[in-house]
Amino acid sequence: MVEFMLPANSKISEGKSFPAPTGATQIKKFKIYRFDPDSGENPRWDTFEVDLDTCGPMVLDALIKIKNEMDSTLAFRRSCREGVCGSCAFNIGDSVGGTNTLACTKPIKEIKGDITISPLPHLPVIKDLVPDLSVPYAQYTSIKPWLQADTPPPPGERLQSPDEREELDGLWECILCFSCQTSCPSYWWNGDRYLGAAILLQAYRWIADSRDEATDKRLDDLDDPFRLFRCHTIMNCTATCPKGLNPGKAIAEIKTALIKRR
Amino acid sequence: MEFRSTLSKVRGRGLSKEGGTGHWWAERMTAVALIPLTIWFVISALSMVGADYAQFRAWIGDHGNAVLLILLTIAVYHHGQLALQVIIEDYIHHEVAHFTALIMVKLGAVFLAVYTIFAVARLAFGS
Repeated sequence: MVEFMLPANSKISEGKSFPAPTGATQIKKFKIYRFDPDSGENPRWDTFEVDLDTCGPMVLDALIKIKNEMDSTLAFRRSCREGVCGSCAFNIGDSVGGTNTLACTKPIKEIKGDITISPLPHLPVIKDLVPDLSVPYAQYTSIKPWLQADTPPPPGERLQSPDEREELDGLWECILCFSCQTSCPSYWWNGDRYLGAAILLQAYRWIADSRDEATDKRLDDLDDPFRLFRCHTIMNCTATCPKGLNPGKAIAEIKTALIKRR
Repeated sequence: MEFRSTLSKVRGRGLSKEGGTGHWWAERMTAVALIPLTIWFVISALSMVGADYAQFRAWIGDHGNAVLLILLTIAVYHHGQLALQVIIEDYIHHEVAHFTALIMVKLGAVFLAVYTIFAVARLAFGS
């Protein structure tokens, strides 16, 4: 059955508080999920008071400032700081609730009150804000995300018309941050068998590619009650995508393609 | 401790040979069929309020009404068992409970559908 009660070691307690430096005038509180598997202790919410006068505008700026100046043990992934690498996806919100998004493109000003930051939901946590992404990456491998063609390559490139290229718009922009993947209740309950929104968007990216010659095999590999059809059109994926993409539509396109070939 | 690779776990037992498209399509088709059938049934039921047994038998003795009732029965139970199967697959992960629930839903739907159709036929043909 679905477990509605959290296991004992998942209960989150109040943690340490890190006050703002004296003289700070524009203070914002950041409540950040902390978990250290080596300590054997339960996770906790640590509170950091950040002086916004000396902080950059984005949530990631605050995280980097906290790590540099307040607590160097805070663990999180980040790289490009401009919404391209997909590393800094967290669940970010206020005291009521949050949504999965990229810390580097989320302005601090957009969030009223205290800001809470926790790891992407329903994945094992390695430490603090770092989730274990090995299952989503293995699922990505399983859809063979590369161009498959038997026709020998022509001299130069495999050409596409502007219309054919346009089919990939809204798909190629995905940066695999897994915000959509981990926002989906169906993925929470059946993430071991359901491929999830990000992987299915990527699968459709290759189905839609006019240069790819493996559409038949790709569709064969998706025609399964769990891999594809665990999608119940909940649409959390599309609502949360920090790049403004529509994984729900990509999944619908795959279902339509399967219906058309029946 | 286990050393099985994540990719092996993700590939699991492979594709379901039944596929998923047939189930998904049947769920949608029965849903589409249920729209007019349900509207017809609600209107008919309301028009029968206050009717006595003889009037009801006369209504169900009409071939059109009997056929629509049987179609409604098939659509309701087929759609219902398809949808309950999805809910069981979503939420009941304990293996014994999972298969027990699936078997009960599938057999229960067949039993109830046949029983309902028999009742309609008996009234329609009069015995």
